[in-house]
Amino acid sequence: MSHHHHDPLDHEHYLNVSYGVKSWLLTRDHKRIALLYLISITLFFFLGGLFAVLIRLELLTPKGDFVQAETYNKLFTMHGLIMIFFFLIPSIPAVLGNFLIPLMIGARDLAFPRLNLLSWYIFIIGGIFTLTAVVTGGVDTGWTFYTPYSSTYSNSAVVLTALGVFITGFSSILTGINFIVTTHKMRAPGMTWFRLPLFVWAHYATSIIFVLGTPVLAISIVLVGLERIFGIGIFDPRLGGDPLLFQHLFWFYSHPAVYIMILPAMGVMSEVITCFARKKIFGYNAVAFSSLAIAILGFLVWGHHMFVSGQSEFEGLIFSALSFMVAIPSAVKVFNWTATLYKGSISFHAPMLYALGFIGLFTVGGLTGLFLATLAVDVHVHDTYFIIAHFHYIMVGGAVMAYFAGIHYWWPKITGRMYPETWARLAAVIVFVGFNLTFFPQFILGYLGMPRRYYAYPDEFQVLNVLSTAGASILGVGYLIPLIYLLWSLRYGRVAGTNPWNATGLEWQTPSPPSTENFEAPPRVEGEAYEYEEVKVA
Amino acid sequence: MWSDLPLFPDRASSVAGDVDALFFALIGMSLFFATLIFFLIFFFSIRYRRRPGRGHADHVHNSIALEVLWTGIPVCITITLFVFGAMVFMRLRQPPPDALSIYVVGKQWMWKVQHPSGRREIDELHVPVGRPVKLVMASQDVIHDVFIPAFRIKQDVVPGRYTALWFEATKKGEYHLFCSQYCGTQHSGMIGKVIAMEPRDFEAWLAGSTEESPVKAGEKLFSRFDCTSCHAADARQRGPKLDGAYGHPVRLQTGQTVTFDDNYIRESILNPMAQITEGYRPIMPTFQGQLSEEQIMELIAYIKSLTP
Repeated sequence: MSHHHHDPLDHEHYLNVSYGVKSWLLTRDHKRIALLYLISITLFFFLGGLFAVLIRLELLTPKGDFVQAETYNKLFTMHGLIMIFFFLIPSIPAVLGNFLIPLMIGARDLAFPRLNLLSWYIFIIGGIFTLTAVVTGGVDTGWTFYTPYSSTYSNSAVVLTALGVFITGFSSILTGINFIVTTHKMRAPGMTWFRLPLFVWAHYATSIIFVLGTPVLAISIVLVGLERIFGIGIFDPRLGGDPLLFQHLFWFYSHPAVYIMILPAMGVMSEVITCFARKKIFGYNAVAFSSLAIAILGFLVWGHHMFVSGQSEFEGLIFSALSFMVAIPSAVKVFNWTATLYKGSISFHAPMLYALGFIGLFTVGGLTGLFLATLAVDVHVHDTYFIIAHFHYIMVGGAVMAYFAGIHYWWPKITGRMYPETWARLAAVIVFVGFNLTFFPQFILGYLGMPRRYYAYPDEFQVLNVLSTAGASILGVGYLIPLIYLLWSLRYGRVAGTNPWNATGLEWQTPSPPSTENFEAPPRVEGEAYEYEEVKVA
Repeated sequence: MWSDLPLFPDRASSVAGDVDALFFALIGMSLFFATLIFFLIFFFSIRYRRRPGRGHADHVHNSIALEVLWTGIPVCITITLFVFGAMVFMRLRQPPPDALSIYVVGKQWMWKVQHPSGRREIDELHVPVGRPVKLVMASQDVIHDVFIPAFRIKQDVVPGRYTALWFEATKKGEYHLFCSQYCGTQHSGMIGKVIAMEPRDFEAWLAGSTEESPVKAGEKLFSRFDCTSCHAADARQRGPKLDGAYGHPVRLQTGQTVTFDDNYIRESILNPMAQITEGYRPIMPTFQGQLSEEQIMELIAYIKSLTP
């Protein structure tokens, strides 16, 4: 980029406006901060992925023979912690949300640019604590930190890890506040609430969870620390505490955290499907309000993680009923996206392939969620591989597929260059096949009764585990290919131009990459979102 | 090779059939909706693919009727699932009153089992076929979980309280017993066997041991720890009478009423100040740290035996 007079992207934009480490580390531009997040979470994604590879290698054979039991327990703990707190939670909001929300609503930046940069620093500091814990021996509590194992019995670096998660939480809270204020106060003239892209609605709902849920996680972690360090009896019954109290506190945040991961993904879906079907979204209001419904109901279902924990039957009944309710707005979204395809003019670029993959996999994840809300069935499959399969269908089949859809869709806007389409389509297909081969056999394993977090297992489970490991290697390849071609495209990709997809959002009306100020003049919004039927396709 | 690839677990308890019926109903429902969605995606993708002459989408108007329909159908389905799931759940959570009680203690990383006759076993659980069995479970350290896939039942074993699980085995055989709540390094080694036997064989098996019954052992502990000095019927009754108390309500100093059950007795031994019976002074010392989980269970068995 240093020879920027040779650069075909010769307008001044946020990437070439200044150079040097300082210009990045002290930037207040939401787009540069988004890239800082992109680089950080990509590193975390491949680190978490490496742990997954090691887990799958151990499970290739029934005996514990590849690593030690203790190492295995640390591997699945670190895989969960890193993927959830350092990849999935920040992925779409902190990268795509950060980059796009101001552009989509016609703003110059987020409401609090300095706070935005601070969020990233807090995220990195939390990450360093957690990585230090990995290097200095790891942690073996599972990402769920169940007490009293975590607070009294575990001999691993619980406090350091928990501190990392605690710190990182503040990054989420600040990002949430920033998005909420931005959505309220920074919308361009004419950008009414019901003209907002659904991506923004989804992030608004997510931000509510960030702000209301994350403090509860912080409190629970502090209480674990107090019990572990000072022996204050909160969760350990020998000290007069109650172990179930921790589960209530933990899931009060960590169930909504699932919606932190999936709501932004749903936001991406609404953008991508409309663009590649050239159609207005079917049922804008239904899709927008279902995001809010999911965010609110999501706070009332935590007890479905505890049907066999010793909580009362009455609680079980209440939480089962509420959990079924949260399925409904999710189903509504799937139906609306599918209906959006009706009478469209559909093309199958990589973002659309990922998006269609999302609908399929999220449907499977959502339907298997109904198995878990059904009390008597949950008793059998709780804490088995059925659960592992279910939440990977939601978090990887859903959230990660949508993240990849979004990265490809907005790559030309972010970098000014196109990714190579053929490679990208190939990778999308490989990811889809690899994903299903990895996780579908785990539904069967779960119903057969294979418990999760088992380092060694009875012989009869081997064939399904071998299939799963084979799938994981395919999935790994599917994730490495985009890493390579996206890096390649930074230099060799075709120049994208302002609006390569002929898309309708405001972000597509400013040059790619956008200038630091985003728009030359504040845009004025005249119509609703997704008026694709009015756009001439070149 | 297909013999190496089981696709469905053994079905060996009285509730397993109902759980499987729900499971198959869910699979049927899922297949229907997944097929519908996949079909529509494929159909629309082919029918409305972009091609010469189809560079443009057609206008489609939003339809309130459709939105109501595809909100209403999931509402009806989920209510049905909730009701049936809850009915089976309530059945598999409520042990019949005549169930045979077996005590189970989980500790890192083994299962210790004691039968009412006194016979003990580790990582094995012998049970009779055709008779309801209730496991009364405690943990000595962290949370564990008893999971018997062939019976479709599971319950966490939580330190500091008793949890219970019941089943009625319907088929002779050996079945997996897994710990399914992560409990530390050897979690996956905390597995055992459930051995379901014909009642006659089970009786013979029980008789093959001369170990003391929990009631007898509890009686000894009762006098060894000098519980008699306050709680014996003929003492000066500084503590509440225990004869005939089990299963009855107890009025507490706070005005609350609780049931005199296993969890109440356990709490009163370990943390006597928590729930003081109305009319008695708070003078009972705690026995926290002096009794193992097994000994507490024996004391409870003895106290329970005082109520005919």
